[in-house]
Amino acid sequence: MSIGQQAATPPHSRKRSGAGIQDASPARNFTAGFFAKLAIMAVINAFGLYGLYASWAVGAWGVFTGLAIAVIVANWVYFSRRAIPGKYLYPGLLFLFTYQLFTMVYTGYVAFTNYGDGHNSTKADAISSILSYNEKRVEGTAGYPITVLEDADGNIAFGIVDDGQSKVGANDTALENIDAPNDGARITDIDGYTILDFAQIAANQDEVVNLRVPISDDPNDGSLRTTDATNAYVYRSVLEYDESRDVMTNVETGVEYTPSDRGNFVSADGEELSPGWRVFVGGENFTKMFTDSRLSGPFFQILVWTFVFAFLSVATTFALGLALALVFNDPRVRGRKFYRSLLILPYAFPGFLSALVWRGMLNERFGFINEVILQGSSVPWLTDPWLAKFSIIMVNLWLGFPYMFLICTGTLQSIPSDVLESARVDGASPWRVLRSIILPLLMVSTAPLLISSFAFNFNNFALIYMLTGGGPNFTGSPLLIGSTDILISMVYSVAFESGVKQYGLASAVSILIFIFVGIISWLGFRKTKQLEEI
Amino acid sequence: MQRGIPATAAALGMALVLASCSGGSDNNDNEPTASESTGVAGSMTIWVDETRINDFESVIQKFADERGVDVQVVQKASGDIRTEFVQQVPTGEGPDVIIGAHDWLGEFVSNGVVAPVELGDKAAGFAEAATKAFAYEGTNYGVPYAIESIALVRNDELATETPATFDELIEQGKELDAKYPVLLQQGAEGDAYHMYPLQTSFGAPVFTSEDDGSYTTELGMGGEAGHNFAEYLKKLGGEGILDSNIGGDQAKEAFIKGESPYIITGPWYANEFAAEGMTISVHEVPSAGGEPAQPFVGVQGAYISAKANNPVLAQDFVVNYLSTEEAADEIHAAGGRVPALTASADKMTDELAKSFGEVAAAGAPMPSIPEMGSVWAYWGATQVAIFTGQEKDPVAAWDRMLENINSEIAGG
Repeated sequence: MSIGQQAATPPHSRKRSGAGIQDASPARNFTAGFFAKLAIMAVINAFGLYGLYASWAVGAWGVFTGLAIAVIVANWVYFSRRAIPGKYLYPGLLFLFTYQLFTMVYTGYVAFTNYGDGHNSTKADAISSILSYNEKRVEGTAGYPITVLEDADGNIAFGIVDDGQSKVGANDTALENIDAPNDGARITDIDGYTILDFAQIAANQDEVVNLRVPISDDPNDGSLRTTDATNAYVYRSVLEYDESRDVMTNVETGVEYTPSDRGNFVSADGEELSPGWRVFVGGENFTKMFTDSRLSGPFFQILVWTFVFAFLSVATTFALGLALALVFNDPRVRGRKFYRSLLILPYAFPGFLSALVWRGMLNERFGFINEVILQGSSVPWLTDPWLAKFSIIMVNLWLGFPYMFLICTGTLQSIPSDVLESARVDGASPWRVLRSIILPLLMVSTAPLLISSFAFNFNNFALIYMLTGGGPNFTGSPLLIGSTDILISMVYSVAFESGVKQYGLASAVSILIFIFVGIISWLGFRKTKQLEEI
Repeated sequence: MQRGIPATAAALGMALVLASCSGGSDNNDNEPTASESTGVAGSMTIWVDETRINDFESVIQKFADERGVDVQVVQKASGDIRTEFVQQVPTGEGPDVIIGAHDWLGEFVSNGVVAPVELGDKAAGFAEAATKAFAYEGTNYGVPYAIESIALVRNDELATETPATFDELIEQGKELDAKYPVLLQQGAEGDAYHMYPLQTSFGAPVFTSEDDGSYTTELGMGGEAGHNFAEYLKKLGGEGILDSNIGGDQAKEAFIKGESPYIITGPWYANEFAAEGMTISVHEVPSAGGEPAQPFVGVQGAYISAKANNPVLAQDFVVNYLSTEEAADEIHAAGGRVPALTASADKMTDELAKSFGEVAAAGAPMPSIPEMGSVWAYWGATQVAIFTGQEKDPVAAWDRMLENINSEIAGG
């Protein structure tokens, strides 16, 4: 790939006889703009090539391919004369692919696997972990201080001192006596080998830790291995893996373990080896929500509350925001600017922080609300199921009304005043004006925002998590979910907080939630089209 | 000009995002190692969270200077470090060494992300309970450096004698006219860890034990002992001793203000009390149910990643360096925790640390089996529901909790 080449040789601008043609693009004339572009593209290509090199080095082929395509397309777009729209669209498209589509596709992929605790990685990783966990020290054998050696061909070997006798062995050659001086613990000098120092060992770490030196010609005696390159111990593998048959065998009992379609090595009588690996499980995660009785029981209850919460959040914030906007839109109110800026304040605090502050203020015993405002009464704001629901709606109202106030103020100011005046001349009451003129006009521009607000609150994980943590918990439920949990926080507690992490299940339910929100939004937007036909 | 910047950012972002998300990259390829040209013997990465980083900064520096290796310390948030380690190790982006608590072991082993370690003769230098804590099914996976447990901390300006039972202790607190007879932090989600000494004093350990002290996967909280404890919780809740509005921070503040003669807490707060200039002493928690009140003993230690890029350096640091007296002294001086190395623990001069060490010696090791993960949340939530009176029938609630935990263990 000669990406740099293209940049270095700009397309020849054909000499045109007709002078004064002013349509020459920077790509064809050596203007300052062209050189600026050249410099920027050079930087992008440099990053691209570095990324390609790095991903190639670790063998991440998906990243490599994606990056290669991105870089090639970038060069084509910015150096070709034909891709004018592309010059504007390409960065946005790239972001879309990277940050949106890729995560969606990845979530979709995880949803069909059993990724989670116990199935955390690939089969190769699982095999190497199982093998290393099942190398047991041979009982009654001593540990030996070792010397790490390298022979003339660059192969690593171990030297030990056993009862004053120096011995050397390598991967397939058992320990044998050798005539070399030692200090009682380690060999000090040896012909035909170099003794490696710490830095040289550090450069050959994998070879050193993977070396197994048989103690004798009988493999059942075990082999020497080291983990820290200073001491070695005698180990015997309890399990051996036969790659050609894809079978784990326990050398002591002879039991064979074969891979199951659930991503574990399983013996004939059902004993599983841990860890397992990630496998495709099809649509199991999607149906689990409805077939697992522990999930399906509270699911309906939580679904209803999620809708109620999202709807009430939008309704209350919109009602309050609109009311305030109407009041402060009236020219008879003095100091409107001051009040308006004051009303934006809750919007200026980060929601995370506000929710935590409210959690403290609503504490039954020490909270500001009970202690100071209610003079030491103990209202269980966050610990009673109904009051907790009420508190959540109220805090969300506090967080959300400034936004509604802003958009309503903006829309009110765009309603032509002559329409309102003619209504007043015709003798319409203010209530009638609001209902028949202001609201319909207002809804045209705010309805899409209300739908997006609904979708946002449907998944308002941060508020629930920070304010109540989903509690108070349902008593007697088999899962740790509570009366203020919404769908997304229920998924969170099922997938992450109940002890065993289940990323596959979490991804699947996230997709289900996405479909819910998508359908609601789609229906909503179809409705708003009708509004516009006023 | 402006056209290029988003594209650069996108290319960068793309590289970063894809690299961080790509699973299954293979680390067995011959990667170019930067260490060969930098004049150091090698390099490795250590993850540690904010609660343990103070213990380790100086000792890691010493190791790096002594061995001539380059060590990168990455501080992670304590809430995320476990999960991140489990997720990152398979991608090859994980550290070589992670510093953490022994009860993470089950999760790490069931996901195959830690490597076995062999202490050999060095094991004899540690308190036996500490090395045992890092063993799972007969294999060791970590090296301990500190032991800690909670204990009863007394404000000596308010009380000088501590009675033998928990009920008498409450009586004493009431007679002293303190705002709180005793502080036992709970919070809205409950806190089974701080409650555990009371639970064990009823003879209801979380899991039953084998003869050699290792935990089985069978819950030991059931039966009459568990029911008695559940009833006792309700009683304490009714008396206002236990309160879900009192979390760690509230308990600490109240004790510093002198609103209670007693608090059940660990060295992390006790050291703060001492720094405030309070006269405090550390005692065993009095028994509530007749048997010894054993707190959980947590052991801090170092694990090695199963896919460490520098396995020899990591093992050298964890096995050979952390097991030296010099390193243990250094860690103790920096963080004040009770060393797991007996030679260092015997040299301690700090009275508080000594007393905490004595209480921990009589404690029960926190289970590190993977099944423990299924216990925590149900356990705390049920205790809160009982003492706040949400659950009218403590025994039924307790039994339902056991049922839920068992079904979670059986297959989630």
